[in-house]
Amino acid sequence: MPENFISIALAGNPNCGKSTIFNAITGAHQHVGNYPGITVEKKEGFAASDGQSVKVIDLPGTYSLTAYSLEERVARRVLLNERPNVVIDIADAGTLDRHLYLAVQLMEMGIPFVLGLNMMDEARQKGISINLELLSKRLGIPVVPTVGRTGEGVRELLAVACRTAREHAGHPWRPRRLSYGPDLDVALVEMVSLIEKQSFLTALFPARWIALKYLEADSEIIRIGRGADEKTSSALENMVQEVTGHLSQTLETYPEAVISDYRYGYISALLRDGVVSSPENARNRMAFSEKIDKVLTQRLIGPIVMLAVMYLMYKVTFSVGEIPMGWIQAFFGWLAEFVDGIMPDGLVKSLVVSGVIEGVGGLFGFVPLIVVVFLFIAVLDDSGYMARIAYMLDRIFHFFGLHGCSVMPFIISGGIAGGCAVPGIMATRTLRSSKERLATILTAPFFSCGAKLPVFLLISAVFFPERGPLVMFLLTLAGWLVALLIARLLRSTVISGAGTPFVMELPPYRLPTLKGVLIHTWERTFAYIKKAGTVVLAITIVIWAAMTYPRLPAAESAKYASDEEMQMAALRHSIAGRIGVALENVTQYAGFDWRGNIALIGGFGAKEVIVSTLGTAYSLSGNEEENNENLIQRIREDQHWRDNTPAAISFLLFVLLYSPCFMAVVVIAKEAGSWRWGLFSVIFNTLVAFAASVVIYQVGRLL
Amino acid sequence: MMHNTAMPAQAEEHPRAVELKDMAVGESGSVVRICAVGELGRRIRDMGIIPGSRLCVTGRAPLNDPLTIRLRGYTLSLRGSEAAYILVEPD
Ligand SMILES: Nc1nc2c(ncn2[C@@H]2O[C@H](COP(=O)(O)OP(=O)(O)O)[C@@H](O)[C@H]2O)c(=O)[nH]1
Repeated sequence: MPENFISIALAGNPNCGKSTIFNAITGAHQHVGNYPGITVEKKEGFAASDGQSVKVIDLPGTYSLTAYSLEERVARRVLLNERPNVVIDIADAGTLDRHLYLAVQLMEMGIPFVLGLNMMDEARQKGISINLELLSKRLGIPVVPTVGRTGEGVRELLAVACRTAREHAGHPWRPRRLSYGPDLDVALVEMVSLIEKQSFLTALFPARWIALKYLEADSEIIRIGRGADEKTSSALENMVQEVTGHLSQTLETYPEAVISDYRYGYISALLRDGVVSSPENARNRMAFSEKIDKVLTQRLIGPIVMLAVMYLMYKVTFSVGEIPMGWIQAFFGWLAEFVDGIMPDGLVKSLVVSGVIEGVGGLFGFVPLIVVVFLFIAVLDDSGYMARIAYMLDRIFHFFGLHGCSVMPFIISGGIAGGCAVPGIMATRTLRSSKERLATILTAPFFSCGAKLPVFLLISAVFFPERGPLVMFLLTLAGWLVALLIARLLRSTVISGAGTPFVMELPPYRLPTLKGVLIHTWERTFAYIKKAGTVVLAITIVIWAAMTYPRLPAAESAKYASDEEMQMAALRHSIAGRIGVALENVTQYAGFDWRGNIALIGGFGAKEVIVSTLGTAYSLSGNEEENNENLIQRIREDQHWRDNTPAAISFLLFVLLYSPCFMAVVVIAKEAGSWRWGLFSVIFNTLVAFAASVVIYQVGRLL
Repeated sequence: MMHNTAMPAQAEEHPRAVELKDMAVGESGSVVRICAVGELGRRIRDMGIIPGSRLCVTGRAPLNDPLTIRLRGYTLSLRGSEAAYILVEPD
């Protein structure tokens, strides 16, 4: 071995139980990151097998190893560039033939690998029996049966993989020579000899594999080839063109299709004569999931159940999540008071109490909600129901240029009032198609997230005291409407172009394991805390500073009779205040005054800040909760707001739609892969919000 | 409309062949031809749909699209616009 540990890559189709096996191998010794520049998760973990340390890389789940989808490119790059010592290919024993399609492509690459035959419990239950010895002999590689849920066979799989790695150490990869029919076989031989003669990319990839990729018209490899050796590449491309022309004339097909037909042919040959035997009634047994689907995706019952599930999720999230949320808020409230008591009055105290403690407290207050939301998502995902939701709603979402899988991100972002766009945007990772994914990311912030709710509650309490729930409902609806319409707009302008085909497996319903669900939840929650902890802290300090500096000269402040008036003057004097006043020139058309402007600027940091800033702007000091009643009273009596219902509606709409909070912008930039998209969402959403507010305000005033 | 790279369907050779999207729920058959090339063609093949594959239409989404089929022991869903590229000879 080159290093003192063996590196193992885990490959397999989505839903084959790969994460479960990964967790069983590595336990808690794992690390989740991202592949550089893109958002495919990179999971690595460490383990030991008979005293030998191993590093395990979890590849994205793929059906194939082509250059079409991001996941496949990533998986392939890891295999080819990082050259793990051995690959463990996990296959679902119940659908072995389809899973072997990936295995055959590993053979073509020549990388040493072993097959983990997972879901053996299900296969046994269905009465499927697999002749493991014969399968292993035909494949020419070790085959180990496993049950990921119980950990059965996992240790042995790891040991066998290590043994295979040792056996192959120091040997070059040996691609398996499959036959692809007379035409392609001849072409392949010619191409391989040219590749070997010119040493074309041979330092990077096996020769036969390169030839195969040229025949498959693999855009990535051809691009690399052209960059390395223009002449040889075009000679190869000519050879491919020749055989392509020949195939299309004689058989009306093309190389890529022929190659895959022969791969499946090879698989059928591998599985011939009783490698897999399933009893007559296996068909009926398999139909268990189908039976559930007959109900859960039924024309009428399906949508009703789906709505019920979503509603339940929402209810539970808030009734369960609110309890620890209350504790955390109480703790930070106590902490703020405590610090308030022990520190001398002054700037430092103001920074610590209103900047740091409130900022971080606001952030941690959301953690319980996020944990519950992620728990639900993990359960829905692992059980297979998430795929059904996408399936049922794809028709509608497709119309708006989105994908069935956009549903979950929207719901988490606040499609049911009270979500959060940050985890919502992170949940778009399940979307495999980049255009729909970007459109989903950019429209997720339009929903009624939990941080906007206090503002909605406050303004409704002032203007529509009896109709709070109705206002909330209408705003939630408005969020959906705007998100879908904007998605449609974006998909026909800045992110136009054909979407990715919706060819999606509906995995069988399975009972998720507690461990799997907890690990998924923890990974996502931790990512949130990490990012939020740094960013929100920084931004609250900046906003605190903007609302504090420059300070009112002492001579000035002496003029004010009351503390409250002095505070208000100080706010007006600060940078934030000046910006707020300057912005009145524009925002008057939407009906906002300078204090509203300051609150909205603060809201860019975190939407929670809007209410507390309004509190400050309306000269209230101290704990905002105690003074909520006061604030409602003050706004109601304020000369700007009094009887100004159009301004209230305009303000509500603006808060719903304008720039995502700073955290969300950071996540957008990260998930969309470029800061430009973060900036775009700030400017674009604010323009959308402003346009909507101006229209509402102006029309409202006419009426 | 999206995947305009299709090759002409060869209906003459398989007079009974129909597009997968036109099959009724519960109907089964054998794939005779995939008319899509490029990404869609590859995705369809990656999922195990090739000439000769046996499949059965098992359902349609509440709004009639996408549809689900069962093949090789698993369930796949795809949109009607994509299923139009798969020619099947019903049993
Ligand atoms: N019956 C059974 N279920 C399993 C087995 N391995 C994993 N699962 C379940 O299958 C589902 C999908 O597993 P997961 O590891 O998330 O699949 P991945 O998409 O390949 O990472 C989860 O609900 C697992 O609990 C197994 O060997 N037998």
